[in-house]
Amino acid sequence: MFESLSHLALQQYWWIIVSLLGALFVFLTFVQGGQTLIYTIGKTETERTMLVNTLGRKWEFTFTTLVTFGGAFFASFPLFYATSFGGAYWVWMAILFFFVIQAVSYEYRKKPDNLLGAKTYEIFLILNGAFGTILVGTAVGTFFNGAMFSLNDMNNVLWQTPFRGLEAVLTFHNVALGLSVFFLARILGALYFINSVDDENVLARSKKQVLYNAIPFLVFFLYFLIWLVLKEGFAYDPATGNVFMEKYKYLHNLIAMPLLTVLLLVGVVAVLWGIALPLLKGGSKGIWFAGGGTVLVVWMLFLLAGFNNTAFYPSNYDLQSSLTIQTASSSHFTLTAMSYVSLFVPFVIAYIWWFWRAMNTKKIDAKEMSEESHVY
Amino acid sequence: MLESIDLSLVNWSRAQFALTAMYHWIFVPLTLGITFIIAFMETIYVKTGNPEWKKITKFWMTLFGINFAIGVATGIILEFEFGTNWSNYSWFVGDIFGAPLAIEGILAFFMESTFIAIMFFGWNKVSKKVHLLATWLTAIGANLSALWILVANAWMQMPVGMQFNPETARNEMVSFWDVLFSPMAVDKFLHTTSSGFVLAAIFVIGISAWFLLKRREIVFARKSIAIAAVFGFVSSIYLVFTGDSSARNVAQNQPMKFAAFEGLYNGSEGAGLIALGLMSTTDTDPSNENLMDFNMKIEIPNVLSYMAYMDWNAFVPGVNDLIRGNEKYGIMAATEKMERGRVAIEKLKEFKEAKKSGDEALAASLKTEFMSPDFQENYFKYFGYGYISDPNMLIPNVALSFYSFHLMVGLGMYFILFFILAFLFVVKGTLDRRRGFLRLAIWTIPMAYIASQAGWIVAEVGRQPWVIQDLMPTLAAVTKISTSAVQVTFWLFAAIFTILLIAEIKIMLRQIKIGPKINEEGGHN
Repeated sequence: MFESLSHLALQQYWWIIVSLLGALFVFLTFVQGGQTLIYTIGKTETERTMLVNTLGRKWEFTFTTLVTFGGAFFASFPLFYATSFGGAYWVWMAILFFFVIQAVSYEYRKKPDNLLGAKTYEIFLILNGAFGTILVGTAVGTFFNGAMFSLNDMNNVLWQTPFRGLEAVLTFHNVALGLSVFFLARILGALYFINSVDDENVLARSKKQVLYNAIPFLVFFLYFLIWLVLKEGFAYDPATGNVFMEKYKYLHNLIAMPLLTVLLLVGVVAVLWGIALPLLKGGSKGIWFAGGGTVLVVWMLFLLAGFNNTAFYPSNYDLQSSLTIQTASSSHFTLTAMSYVSLFVPFVIAYIWWFWRAMNTKKIDAKEMSEESHVY
Repeated sequence: MLESIDLSLVNWSRAQFALTAMYHWIFVPLTLGITFIIAFMETIYVKTGNPEWKKITKFWMTLFGINFAIGVATGIILEFEFGTNWSNYSWFVGDIFGAPLAIEGILAFFMESTFIAIMFFGWNKVSKKVHLLATWLTAIGANLSALWILVANAWMQMPVGMQFNPETARNEMVSFWDVLFSPMAVDKFLHTTSSGFVLAAIFVIGISAWFLLKRREIVFARKSIAIAAVFGFVSSIYLVFTGDSSARNVAQNQPMKFAAFEGLYNGSEGAGLIALGLMSTTDTDPSNENLMDFNMKIEIPNVLSYMAYMDWNAFVPGVNDLIRGNEKYGIMAATEKMERGRVAIEKLKEFKEAKKSGDEALAASLKTEFMSPDFQENYFKYFGYGYISDPNMLIPNVALSFYSFHLMVGLGMYFILFFILAFLFVVKGTLDRRRGFLRLAIWTIPMAYIASQAGWIVAEVGRQPWVIQDLMPTLAAVTKISTSAVQVTFWLFAAIFTILLIAEIKIMLRQIKIGPKINEEGGHN
């Protein structure tokens, strides 16, 4: 089935899958966003416990999606994996560090004799929520603004600044994406609380937080989007492989791929509707609109970065070292083999969906927290 | 092609990988085994409806949860470290190595993380049978994730199912099934997972023994020991068989590693197995600190030959044969391999230069020559040796490999005896009175962890200097970055992992002291 596809078709197929994983990850950062709100929304110990527990039953999905995103990128576009992870060392190490401290915090927070005290583990969750989202968003910003690397004959990466990726924060467009992801995660977190916690105070404060975070989110995201459409981009000639700067490249991409543009706009509208729903109508389904919209927007942004002869991981230092989905990908054989594995994805999504429904049929409340045998 | 490589960078990068892998490996074996033990216990609960079994299941599940969290924390680093610290390697083999990691995420991690949540929080949300299914799927998911990472590791030790592509300067996969079912991968998976089963069984017996010594939770402890003793005994026998088969595999594919962990310097026919040995600390070869002999050894004649080749009189090459070569047995000298490796690297370089200068005809002819079976078999096969400047660099740390291997095997044998005794005392019903054995059971827990770590050292130290056997040494695989950057992250992770480990142990001990508490349903809070 997949064997007959061209190498380019497989590369595009895998770019779509990897982009979808990235998009699902951003949606699932509602866990991170929620973590940054545990003190803002949870004013009492019981409230905080409810918030931590409702997030605690989902944190592993975010974590696993991040790991799978890394693994899938490695398998399908190994040159990106080698170049970005090996090059932007400090950025990725910082991201990893903030995910390491998250992984223990739920389980250890309430356990007696936990060495560091509940508060420290809560701070770990807040740090993970804040830096995890900002750093990942800023790192993804380099897909549009480039990074400082070159590749030698053996395709080995040579990073050209001693800051090993941290210099990305000097480009405001990158930071704007980082902050957009951060505030979006907080919006999603608050929407998730509205959807999953049965408590009047939590509901009221979550609504407020949706509104408070929607404002900076819109400012940063619109700045990111408008500047993206206006800026020059990294194009390449498929015949020669030559990478060059093209004015309004991403605008051209939007025009060249109308379906993508429509889905991007649908995604933006869905996010806005998800935000407005609890504020205007008091509904609890906002997370699904905003979450679905987030998936669409991020997915389309990734496609915008890699499709239509665009270098998805450009180099500012040596334009010709920039990575495209064609130069960075695995062989035809490996992509074919992996494509068969990708057929399992709908099955995986199906059992996760079933699980989610089984676990979230009833909202979390204070009573459950006092009766449940395993509480974070 | 290979610019100046700072060896201290290689060593710090290795140290960081070793640190993170060894920390991760403290927690993984328990997860691999205890999930199955919990699944057995819950199965009995569902079959019998006896709330005592639910109490038992939930207690071990609590300890599993504490262990699992830190296992996840230490594991994420490893997945990304291939890129951050071994980026040249990541490109060189990403076409093959990435696939198992991706499959691990898609098929195993999601299974594990979805069903583990049902295991912990689903008692009142799904039916008994669905809960039991979730517990089994968590165990299977955990072991499946071990499968894929071990397939990847086995491939590094025995690269199969691939072909080097000079255009992209990397190895590309030509057979997925060869990678998945390589004998090294099969042995590695079976041996590693069964070692996890053994460790978990010892963990359960040891902690239950503590309850018996304290005369607390007698029924709980007896039942737990009964399950763990049977599971541990079967697993430990299996462990011996898979270990034996692994050793044979190593002898054939990684003869230097085999010689190192057997402490065999000079090969011979009918080689003897050193059952016990003490390496010399004075009799060191001045050119290489790894070349020392034994001060004392107890040797069993011919057994090593049989172990390696199923032939009592077969020739087993020693470290010196592999370095200096041995014409009689057709072993090529290391210097010759290094020379051939350099020819392969040089040819690749010529090809790259021809491509760069646009001389397509020359490039095509060089490529044809490079890809010819003769060149592949006689030159490319030794590609990695081209990076080696001194033959002594090809010798791993023999003393560390030797002691780790013997410690692992010795403890493995002891564990079989331990499980037999545990089982016997359970059957006879005399376990509570065997206070000496119960104390021993507690002390066997750290021994299981030592054996497990020793196994990891045997596998990873013994294969040095290769990241990919014969094709890529560590010094060619490492990311070019300042040594100080790696030092900073090394100490950062050393500090955070150590703090988290202390927290984990304290929490675990406290939960053990609290013990299984009965609520109205027989579960614990």
